[in-house]
Amino acid sequence: MTNLDTAQGTMSVSDEVAIQIIGMHKWYGDFHVLKDIDMTVYRGERIVICGPSGSGKSTLIRCINRLEEHQQGQIIVDDIELTSDLKGIDAIRREVGMVFQHFNLFPHLTILENLTLAPIWVRKVPKDEAEETAMHYLERVKIPEQADKYPGQLSGGQQQRVAIARSLCMNPRIMLFDEPTSALDPEMISEVLDVMVGLAETGMTMLCVTHEMGFARKVANRVIFMDEGQIVEQNEPEEFFNNPKSERTQLFLSQILSH
Amino acid sequence: MTDLSYVRKESHPDLPPPKSEVGVIAWLRQNLFSNWVNTLLTAAALYLLYKAVPPLFNWMFWEADWSGKTYQDCTSDGACWAMVRVRFDQFMYGFYPVDERWRINLGFLLLLGTGIPLLIEGVPFKKYLAIFVFLIYPFIAFMLFYGGMGLTVVETNEWGGLMLTLVLATVTIIVSLPLGVVFALGRRSNMPVVRIICVAFIELWRGVPLITVLFMGSVMLPLFLPPGTHFDKILRTLIVMAFFAAAYMAEVVRGGLQAIPKGQFEAAQAMGLSYWKMMGLIILPQALKIVIPGIVNTFIGLFKDTTLVLVIGLLDFLSIIQSATTHKNWLGTATEGYVFAACIYWIFCFGMSRYSITLERRLDTTHRD
Repeated sequence: MTNLDTAQGTMSVSDEVAIQIIGMHKWYGDFHVLKDIDMTVYRGERIVICGPSGSGKSTLIRCINRLEEHQQGQIIVDDIELTSDLKGIDAIRREVGMVFQHFNLFPHLTILENLTLAPIWVRKVPKDEAEETAMHYLERVKIPEQADKYPGQLSGGQQQRVAIARSLCMNPRIMLFDEPTSALDPEMISEVLDVMVGLAETGMTMLCVTHEMGFARKVANRVIFMDEGQIVEQNEPEEFFNNPKSERTQLFLSQILSH
Repeated sequence: MTDLSYVRKESHPDLPPPKSEVGVIAWLRQNLFSNWVNTLLTAAALYLLYKAVPPLFNWMFWEADWSGKTYQDCTSDGACWAMVRVRFDQFMYGFYPVDERWRINLGFLLLLGTGIPLLIEGVPFKKYLAIFVFLIYPFIAFMLFYGGMGLTVVETNEWGGLMLTLVLATVTIIVSLPLGVVFALGRRSNMPVVRIICVAFIELWRGVPLITVLFMGSVMLPLFLPPGTHFDKILRTLIVMAFFAAAYMAEVVRGGLQAIPKGQFEAAQAMGLSYWKMMGLIILPQALKIVIPGIVNTFIGLFKDTTLVLVIGLLDFLSIIQSATTHKNWLGTATEGYVFAACIYWIFCFGMSRYSITLERRLDTTHRD
């Protein structure tokens, strides 16, 4: 176990590998979206991925649970390699939770039903046990009183917190966040980030595509900057923000931090 | 220069709306007399109603004849409902033997008794009701209507009237929805063979008039079957109509599937739901809810299309009324016959329409307003 000297200093990273990506390429038709991605994520790491739009950062994390298919190279999650084998894909999806930009809650189900659906149907957890877990996580994201409402009755920030709780109900070992705060009104961003910080403190392995640099400084142990489908630079947050090496990173940081 | 700084000390209270916005008078003014064009239109509409409705009621009720043995007994200016009264049983049961008609009553009562609670919200034991209606009832109904298990067999050429119409409509409606869903899913499948089969099926059935396929089913199909095979005419009609309706239903359902945002599929997949669980639990409940108006539209169209079985010689509700009005005793009662038929068809179709609106409201969880 190594303790990284990040801002919080207490969250530990093990040397067990959670995700390994080796020489991965992806194309959309003729368009080469991801180019030769190599990346190792250790258990307990909290990685923030940033970069201009169209740089492939969302596509990268969507490849990790096979929402997108890569065409070359290897992705190994929890010792299972992602291939077209459906069993492997299902096994990985059970262990990897994902939070989306637009929440993607199921509008025809109540909050509680949203949370218990996958545990009941995928993990075969008995209903009352699944509901108990669901209430536990709703309390953790501080909205247990909304359990019987429908997603349409909640604010954006509340919906995103429900979405996080929904992923956690599957008891995942890795969490992927795809711009979780980009679709939120400014006054709701912090309530979602607070939940994510709380989650990071439990030692969850997290990959987070976001432009919230305050969050990155606070919880990330590594920041990855992507541009044009490649990893351009990665570093500990302090170094990354104070002393970016690549010109492209410097330009990007000056643009997002200047206002 | 005035001071730019301003701080509100107290919140403004909510006031009641002005009189011109609420009440009967306001409603009348806004909806019927909002300007001089609307006032004229209102007056014209009232005049037309005054000219049309009283004579209609006179003809239908006040001046109508309610009893008699032939058209000659209908002496007043109004409708001759005696025809409907004399022929009523035939309109309902066709040529089904009189002594066996309790079987039809029992069959439909059983369906009403179990099917209607199934449609009402909050009724307990719905699971068992559904199992009964969809899995057990069809066999009971077949036994009751056709015969067997100690009941006299009533050949299907004796079936007719409203009973036949309802059998045709109910079976095709219940079969076409699941079949349509399957074809809609197949048409969006990633597997080319499945997709091609589904597209071919849908386009083939949708591209041919119902009368044509009814003819083919009843006249041509037997030519291709080995001689001596008995293949019931009503059964053939049912199959043909169910396939025809399923092709339309598939396209309606596909519209619903396409309206579901990609994020719903992705969220379901990311949780590890399999294809069928994703479709059954997440996608279809939402897609079908969106297309309830389209589904009911197809059902209503289908219900009225059952009248086309006339062309292959089945005496459904409409054709048995037509044959009654051309009987020598009742020549001249065609209007009464068609009005009666129209009322009955309208009651069923309007019922479906109202139920679909109720269902839409009940299932609405978007809370947009």
